[in-house]
Amino acid sequence: MKAKTTPYLLVLPAWIWLAIFFVVPICGMLSVSLMTGNVLDGFTQTFHVANYAEAIDRYWRQILRSLAYGACATALCVAIGYPVAAWIAFRGGRHKTTYLLLLLLPFFVSQVLRTISWRFLLADDGVLLGPLKSIGLLPEDAHVLSTPLAVVTGLAYSHLPFMVLPIYAVLERVDHRVVEAARDLYATRAQAFLRVVLPMSLPGVFAGVLMVFVPTSADYVNASLLGGTGTTMIGNVIQSQYLVNNDYPMAAAITFVLMALLLAGIFGYARALGTERVMEVRA
Amino acid sequence: MTTTRTPAAEARAGDPARRRPRRRIDWGRLFTWAVLAWLFTPVAGMIVFSFNDIAGRQNVTWQGFTLKWYGQAFAYPDLNAALLTTVAVGVLTMLIAGVTGSLLGLALGRHRFHGRGATNLVMFAAICAPEVVLGAALLSLFLTTDVTTGFVTIVIAHVMFTISFVAITVRARVMTLDPRLEEAARDLGAGPWTTFRLVTLPMLFPAVMAGGLLALALSVDDFIITSFVGGETTTFPLWIWGSTRVGIPPQVNVMGTLIFAVGVLLAIVNIVLARRRS
Amino acid sequence: MPLPHRMDPAAIRGLTRARPGRRAALKLSALAAAGAALAGCSIRGQRLTEQSPERYWAGKESNGHLRFANWPLYMDPERPQLDQFTQHTGITVDYRESIQDNPSWFGRIQPVLASGGDIGADLMVMTNGLEFTRLRELGYLAPLDHALLPTYADHGGSSYKNTSYDPGNRFSVPYTSGITGIAYNPDRVDREITSLADLWDPAFRGRVGMMRDPQEIANFALLLDGVAPADSTPADWDAAAARLAEQRDNGIVRAYYEQDYIQPLTNGDVWLTMAWSGDVFQQNAAEGTRLEFVVPEEGGTIWTDNMMIPITARNPVDAIMLMDFLYDPAIAADLTEYINYVTPVPEAQDVIRDRAARASGEERQALADLAESPLVFPTDEEYARLHSYVTPDAGDAEAFTSRFLAITQA
Repeated sequence: MKAKTTPYLLVLPAWIWLAIFFVVPICGMLSVSLMTGNVLDGFTQTFHVANYAEAIDRYWRQILRSLAYGACATALCVAIGYPVAAWIAFRGGRHKTTYLLLLLLPFFVSQVLRTISWRFLLADDGVLLGPLKSIGLLPEDAHVLSTPLAVVTGLAYSHLPFMVLPIYAVLERVDHRVVEAARDLYATRAQAFLRVVLPMSLPGVFAGVLMVFVPTSADYVNASLLGGTGTTMIGNVIQSQYLVNNDYPMAAAITFVLMALLLAGIFGYARALGTERVMEVRA
Repeated sequence: MTTTRTPAAEARAGDPARRRPRRRIDWGRLFTWAVLAWLFTPVAGMIVFSFNDIAGRQNVTWQGFTLKWYGQAFAYPDLNAALLTTVAVGVLTMLIAGVTGSLLGLALGRHRFHGRGATNLVMFAAICAPEVVLGAALLSLFLTTDVTTGFVTIVIAHVMFTISFVAITVRARVMTLDPRLEEAARDLGAGPWTTFRLVTLPMLFPAVMAGGLLALALSVDDFIITSFVGGETTTFPLWIWGSTRVGIPPQVNVMGTLIFAVGVLLAIVNIVLARRRS
Repeated sequence: MPLPHRMDPAAIRGLTRARPGRRAALKLSALAAAGAALAGCSIRGQRLTEQSPERYWAGKESNGHLRFANWPLYMDPERPQLDQFTQHTGITVDYRESIQDNPSWFGRIQPVLASGGDIGADLMVMTNGLEFTRLRELGYLAPLDHALLPTYADHGGSSYKNTSYDPGNRFSVPYTSGITGIAYNPDRVDREITSLADLWDPAFRGRVGMMRDPQEIANFALLLDGVAPADSTPADWDAAAARLAEQRDNGIVRAYYEQDYIQPLTNGDVWLTMAWSGDVFQQNAAEGTRLEFVVPEEGGTIWTDNMMIPITARNPVDAIMLMDFLYDPAIAADLTEYINYVTPVPEAQDVIRDRAARASGEERQALADLAESPLVFPTDEEYARLHSYVTPDAGDAEAFTSRFLAITQA
């Protein structure tokens, strides 16, 4: 596949799809974000950059909170997802695909149903918390629902496969003989992992972090179903600015602030990871 | 880190000459099963409530066991149609996004070409764009171009927001592949297509499958984008959301349970096939 | 350390060099400019000029068919009422459960109506909220010709005939109504709840559920201040928002709920909450729970899901015929037996009582419960305490919702 045209042929379908159905509409939204007006009289393009200032001024709290929740959920996903992915990749044997299928199975059942179920299970005096309270492990007024904890674990729960699958896809490639060789060279198990397996799996972790951090920061479902007062995420704000207030320019402006922050974060993260990695390789 | 123990290391440990005094606990297995248990907990709750003997529509506390909802599983024609639509959209999305996204991931992971940076940027932008904005933007596109919204537009939208997930997954895998394998194949006289089919594709397959499954999972649970571009077509999540006003009927739990059962069945078939193969 | 031989250094670089070059950024901005140009420089003024009913209905005829967009579970899945309509008139109905909530339905149809397109429905059901007001003010609803609504004139409840949101039913007639009041769990609350002030009582710290809908919470805070929502002014809204902020900041509110407060109320996570009458009736009927529902002494609110015809409807005559048909007391009774919310046809109560008298066993009991339930057939005294929503002019709507979104979305 040396031919110069190959990469272009490979990306062409996706390019066309994303250009028509993502780039064009999102640019339309970019234009909307600079408009002024209201839904009754229509919106006119006035290049009103102040929309952005107002978006940040009014909603910086929710934006920061979303990024923080997203980061916590991502960390949780790495902590839970990496060992699982590694175990399936190395020890899953002939049942690898079965494990992956099991991992994804809960997500084919509607989120609304899963959440209703969680609410039943996590009720203040429900099957999970009730017994802990009656034996005195938890104070009487302890609750999980309607707290930031519930939102963050909910986010981690619903995005775990996005961490496990890319890490798995990469680790599955790791040649056991490399690890063996390291062990033969008297590397401890920890050394073999840190110096051989982990570096090889980084592309997967990178992909996983992207696919968890980005959507969780923009999520609105978990906060609205599991959160309480003071857990609103920026996704909820965008949602209600658009649908309830019909303030399309404001909704668009907040969106682009959020997207800019996330993209800056992604590329900063890629660079930070990059320099570190290169140094390690040279050492 | 027990998770990094390889079968080879295991075999060595099992060698009589080096046998350890007692079998080590496989913490990795325990942990994986614990995580699976966590993932399955709410599903278990859902299944239990599909047997709940309630008299009306609210299905909140346990009232006693009944099988009657399974007898009337398909009592709501709109719910059935919605479920079928969801499955059809999901499968089509998985196929289309799976193929286009994999090609994109392959190109991004392997080739250098003009527009690579921009492609990355667009891809990331597509996963961080909030759904309501994507939905609204797409709807206005369809309106200005006079496209009637419905089943087709739902598929278009779902493919659009899942392509990136597939591409990122596949790209990560491509990066760990050794291009020399393909070179070797070509040196041995294989054409580009043969090389792709016999060497590249099999190596990519786990990632393609993973990406396709992610696309499917995203598609079947989407609510907001679908509500914008769905026109008169209703999907399973849309119907459930709307029904919360008067109470979600137990049939919804039954259908969730049936979907789940099909998944479990697939898993079992998988296990049996794996047994046969080895 | 030695680089694992399979790890291509180029791969690592590729992984981490995802940042776009300057050239890519330039190209992208060119693309963006093209996109912006494509999107046009403004979203056109979308208001349509209002038409008189005479002009709208002139020359329109029945086409023997109509499309009805409704909420899920708002009609028996067998659609017996529609079958009867078809038998009666020969008009067939394509019934779709395509409305999930008012804002997203509005978001979906508004741009279509603005461009004069067909939304795929000739008859639709929406609540008397901000979205309804907007549709009306935008001129997107067909003015009703009451000469075509004789059954409505005869059987429609009088309290529905001159509402603040649609005086004289110029654009809509009710499909079903519901009361927003306070529901509480007597297992948890050891006193009788009678007033809105109970929702602000520090004794229930962290145990109070409020609704997320800006209008619903605004109504309750206004009523607490003794202001009738329909007559409220922006100054009243400020005071109401301050009340709600105080309630939230004192930790009294557990969470703001969408339509999902029944479960936490039954589980005991919240002890008292703003609630809709039909939900509480359903929950008690379905699971035998003893949740209490009260219309607070300061007053509660009544909301109505209304049938209306979009201005671009293809079959408006068939649509208005169905509207009228659903006001036949027997038909309305059938619907009420299924929906369990408040019917706009008072005579349906007698029909259900009659049916209960003729039925036997469990069914008899269920029908009798329904006919005598104040949640389904409020008494006149209760109707007197029920207020309509705030209906801010479209111009004020944003100022109104912003105040209350700031409460629930802090």
